[in-house]
Amino acid sequence: MQLPKALRNTSLVVGAAITLTIVLLAIFAPAIATHGVEQMDMRNRFAGPSFQHLLGTDNFGRDLWSRLIWGARVSLTIAIIAVVCSVIIGTIVGLVAGYFGGWVDLVLMRITDIFLGVPAIVLALAIVAILGPGVMNVALALIVVAWTEYARVVRATTLVLREQNYVQAARALGARPSRILFKEILPNALGPIIVLASLGLGTAIIAESALSFLGFGLPPPTPTWGWTLAYGTKFIRDEPWLSIISGATIMITVLGFNLLGDGLRDVLDPRQLSRGGGKS
Amino acid sequence: MSHTSAVSSQPASGRPDQPILTVSGLEIRIRTGQGSFAVVSDMALSVAPGETVCIVGESGCGKSMTALSLLRLLPEAASVTGGKIEIDGVDLLALDQRTVEDYRGEKIAMIFQEPLTALNPVLTIGEQIAEAVRQHRKLGRRAAFDRAVEALRLVQMPDPQRRARQYPHELSGGMRQRAMIALALVCEPRILVADEPTTALDVTIQAQILGLISDLQKRLGTALVMITHDLGVVAEIADRVVVMYAGRRIEEASANDLFDNPMHPYTLGLLGAIPRSHAGAKVGSRLVDITGTVPPLWDLPKGCAFAPRCPKAVSRCHQERPEFEEKQPGHFAACWEVTHANG
Repeated sequence: MQLPKALRNTSLVVGAAITLTIVLLAIFAPAIATHGVEQMDMRNRFAGPSFQHLLGTDNFGRDLWSRLIWGARVSLTIAIIAVVCSVIIGTIVGLVAGYFGGWVDLVLMRITDIFLGVPAIVLALAIVAILGPGVMNVALALIVVAWTEYARVVRATTLVLREQNYVQAARALGARPSRILFKEILPNALGPIIVLASLGLGTAIIAESALSFLGFGLPPPTPTWGWTLAYGTKFIRDEPWLSIISGATIMITVLGFNLLGDGLRDVLDPRQLSRGGGKS
Repeated sequence: MSHTSAVSSQPASGRPDQPILTVSGLEIRIRTGQGSFAVVSDMALSVAPGETVCIVGESGCGKSMTALSLLRLLPEAASVTGGKIEIDGVDLLALDQRTVEDYRGEKIAMIFQEPLTALNPVLTIGEQIAEAVRQHRKLGRRAAFDRAVEALRLVQMPDPQRRARQYPHELSGGMRQRAMIALALVCEPRILVADEPTTALDVTIQAQILGLISDLQKRLGTALVMITHDLGVVAEIADRVVVMYAGRRIEEASANDLFDNPMHPYTLGLLGAIPRSHAGAKVGSRLVDITGTVPPLWDLPKGCAFAPRCPKAVSRCHQERPEFEEKQPGHFAACWEVTHANG
C-alpha cells in the first residue's frame, strides 16, 4: 500500500515532527521541566550536561533545559497570537482589496506599502519602546510588521480567484459580496494562507527572540529564548554552550516551521488541487 | 403561432403569455485604450413564460454579452449604453445593486458552458446548492441541504443523497451539468439563461441534458433564453430563434419558419454548414461554408456587416445598412435582397 501523499513528503513529516515536539514540550512544561525557572543550584554553577541538568546550568546554577522549555511557552504563545492576528487582518485586507479593486484596492495597498516601507525590526522596536514590554505588546509589534505579507499574498490570490467561473456563477445566483468573499474565494485561498502562516510562525519566533536579545522583549524573570541567548553571550568565552544551545533551540524550532511550511506548500499546491478532474 | 409577439414591437397587454423578459434597443459597448466600440447594437428580445428563445451566432457575435447583460453581469470593460431590459415590467438597469442581487437566482438564473469551472472545487455539490437556497430563502442549514438534495433529484441525478456530499471533481461531465442546472433552478427562477450549456459535453450526454432542461422548463413554466452556435440544439428545443451577426439581429422567426424558410443569406449559410445525414441530403453533396471571417467589431463595414461575405450582395449592401423589419408575419430579417411577403 502506498503512503498518503502527505506522508511521503519528507520536509512535511520532519517539520511536523519538530514543531509537534516543541509544542508538546511547551504544553507539558510543568511536567517535563526538571527544575523551576528561577531555581538556583549554587553548587552546580556552569555545570555541563548531566542527568541532573540535561543541558547544563548557567552562572546561578539555573537549569538550561528547564529554562528553554518554559521559554518555549513564551515564544510559542507570542508567535501564535501574532500569526493568528496577522492572518486575520491580512486576509480581510487582501480579500477586500483584491475583490473590490479600484480605489479600495489602491488605498489598502498604499497603507500596506507604508508598513512595508519601514524596516520591520525598527518598527517592532519602536512599538515595544512606546508601549512597554508585555506579551500583548510584543505580539502587537509582531502583528504590525507581519500582517502586510498576508495582505499582499491574499490579494494576489483573490485577483486570480475572482475571475474564476464559479465566482461568476455564484454572482449569477445572487450571492452578495460578503458571501462570495468568505464562501467562494476564501476556501480556495486557504492553501497559500496556511503555508504562509506556518512559515510566519518561524519568522515570528525569530523576531520575538531578536526583540528579547536586544532587551526589548519580556523582562528578565521570563525565560525568553532571546534573553537566554543574550545572557549566555556574557560567558561565551568560557561556557559557550549556554548560547550555542539557546541559539540551536531557536534555529531548530524555526527550521521545523519552515520545513512544515515548505512541505505544506508542496502538498497544498493549488495546481494539484484544481487538477482533481478525471479519476479520483 | 402562439408565441407571436414581434420582438421589436410593444408587448401586447392582456395576452395569456405576456412576456416576462423584454429587451429593446439594447446597446453594449466595450471600452478599450483606443476608445469604445459596440459589441451589441439594437438588440431586442421578448420571452414569455414556458417559451424558449434561442440566440444563434458565431463566437464574437455578441450573444454571450447579451446573455450576461440580462443578469447585469457584464465584465468591467463592457457596459450597457442604451436600451432597456425589463423583467416582469421592472427596468433591470435602473435597479440598485442589492435588488439586482436579489433578482439573480430568484427571478433570473444562468447555466454556464463549463460545468467544471462553474462549480466551486472546494465545496460539495450539496453545500453549493444549499448556499444558493439560503441566499434567497430563510432556511436552516439542514433544511437548505435537504432542498439541495431535492433539487438534485429533480434533475435526475443518480443517488442524490450521496452525490450531494461529493465534490465537483468526483462527478462526470454530465452529472456536473445536472448539478449546475439544479443550482440554477433551485430557487425556481422565472427566467433561465443558458449559455451554450451542452457545448462542453459528449454528444450522447448533450441530448439528455437538452431534454432535461427543456422538460424542467415546461414543468416549471420558466422562460428560457438559450445561447448557442449549434443549430442542432436550436432544432431540438427552440420556439423562436434570433440569429445574430456582428452584434446585430439579422433574422428572427419561429424555429419552424427559420428552418423551412430561412431568409437571410447568413442563415442560409449557417444551415448549409451543418452536416446532414437525413434522407433529404444527397450523398456526396459538399458542405456549403461561408467564405471569409467575421469583420472586427471596431471596424465594421459601412453597409450590411455581412456584405463582404455575402454571395448575394449588391452595391447597395455595401453602402446602406438594411433595417431589421418584418418580411413576413412573425418573420423578421435585415437584408436588402429579401423582399416583403411571398418571398
